[in-house]
Amino acid sequence: MIEFRAVTKRFEDGTIAVDELDLAVEAGTITVFVGPSGCGKTTSLRMVNRMIDPTSGTILVDGKDVLSVDPPTLRRGIGYVIQQAGLFPHRTVLDNVATVPLLSGWDRRKARTRAAELLEIVGLDPAFGKRYPAQLSGGQQQRVGVARALAADPPVLLMDEPFSAVDPVVREDLQNELLRLQAELDKTIVFVTHDIDEALKLGERVAVFQTGGHLAQYARPTELLAAPANDFVASFVGRDRGYRTLTFLHADVPVRPVATAKLGERVVVDDWTLVVDSENRPRGWLSGVDGEVEVREQDLVSGGSLYDGSTLRGALDAALSSPSALGVAVDESGAVIGVVQADDVISALAKARAAGEVPK
Amino acid sequence: MTWIFENWDRFWEVTEVHLRLSAVPVLIGFVLSIPLGWLASRSATARAILFPVANILFTIPSIALIVITPVLIGAKILDEINVIVPLVIYTIALMVRSVADALASVPGHVTAAANAMGYRPLRRFLTVDFPLALPVTIAGLRVATVSNISMVSVGALVGLGGYGQLFTEGYQTDNSAKVFAGLIGTVVLAVLADGLLLLLGRVLTPWARTGR
Repeated sequence: MIEFRAVTKRFEDGTIAVDELDLAVEAGTITVFVGPSGCGKTTSLRMVNRMIDPTSGTILVDGKDVLSVDPPTLRRGIGYVIQQAGLFPHRTVLDNVATVPLLSGWDRRKARTRAAELLEIVGLDPAFGKRYPAQLSGGQQQRVGVARALAADPPVLLMDEPFSAVDPVVREDLQNELLRLQAELDKTIVFVTHDIDEALKLGERVAVFQTGGHLAQYARPTELLAAPANDFVASFVGRDRGYRTLTFLHADVPVRPVATAKLGERVVVDDWTLVVDSENRPRGWLSGVDGEVEVREQDLVSGGSLYDGSTLRGALDAALSSPSALGVAVDESGAVIGVVQADDVISALAKARAAGEVPK
Repeated sequence: MTWIFENWDRFWEVTEVHLRLSAVPVLIGFVLSIPLGWLASRSATARAILFPVANILFTIPSIALIVITPVLIGAKILDEINVIVPLVIYTIALMVRSVADALASVPGHVTAAANAMGYRPLRRFLTVDFPLALPVTIAGLRVATVSNISMVSVGALVGLGGYGQLFTEGYQTDNSAKVFAGLIGTVVLAVLADGLLLLLGRVLTPWARTGR
């Protein structure tokens, strides 16, 4: 769908931003370009919609050389989302989203109707349509940025560090939202980030760029973690890449029963006891004391992360972050179903490895 | 004040002249400043030429410029163009920098986004850059307008000064009421014009007052 053929970009001062890049982005996937600053990932992205033109080489979008298309026309067919959203401060949210359809000659009514649909698609209340960007939070602005990029329904979406300016909690929301959207829309997305965790989470394929504009490795996240192509990739993926590999394993971990108690009850607590609310959701831990005590809010030790049955990484983290060393496992409604232990996660990993499920 | 009411026709006549002689140069100067300011905001070379030239033009005393203009452009005496041309020059000298600063104040990520959406340069300028530059531009326009209203009076030296006529006549006939009338007229006109532009700015830029 998007193909780089021997693409080189040399800036006027002589620095080589991108060096002989050969890479093919598959249609309908999220491909992430990741690397440290100055590695050429953003330059590569911007050459796709001709924000920057290559010094040599060819870029094909859908088989067509981008240099043969005049830039404004090319860009209207390629969605683009940037850091800080880049919304037009003087236009309402609705008119921001309607930008590309209007540029492409749609009539205003049709463009606005489409814009309102898109606000819903990206999870924003249509009432936001009448506001100006400055009246929105950073995360909301970024959603509008995504809606604007999708407005003319382009097959290709370029995302240039779109979530790096928002706080970690909002970023995770936006990442999950992007994965949800992609499951519905099936676009060809090129996503640039310097955050390896974001790359591994979002990318079906990840291109790791190395300083000097070299493509160091282009592979699926599991391969990247299991078999880094060189020392640079190994160090960029990080020391805890063994731990990250667990993100992609979904082996069964035994969920064991746990003693629970509710607030206000009088119970005998010999060992760590999990305190839950009326809907059986975890509230915190109570450590062992002698004799019968009343369960009081102020005596609770707050718990660690919760294991929702998804990945081995979640299971291990739940166990490691829990004060009782017991990871709380919950079902979809958030109710406690039991606990997991770190030892069990390690055993599950060993079994998965023996079964050949861990990529080498 | 009584002079104004007793001589209303005369007062209204000079008011009209004063208004015309200040408004026309502001309009012409403003329109000409837009392409020049755009050039200055885009090119360092243009900036290195335009800004010093504007500064020098602005330091020429208005009396000198108004007296010398008829000679330079060869216009007839009492032709309003003799006052309009110098004031257009002053307006441009003030506004080039304002327009350039205003365009430079448009955030880079917004113009980059506009390019990436597929705007062509002219449409981007008219519908993105210029509207976003309006708050700073209008601030400059208010200064230029008020300064023009005050400078028109100097035109009395070549027989065309609006309220300036009242100053020279009042001075020559030792009629301080007449001088005072001209003063009031100038101040009222300046305050009204400034208020009008402030209001216009608010109407044109509703987004500028929507903080988070």
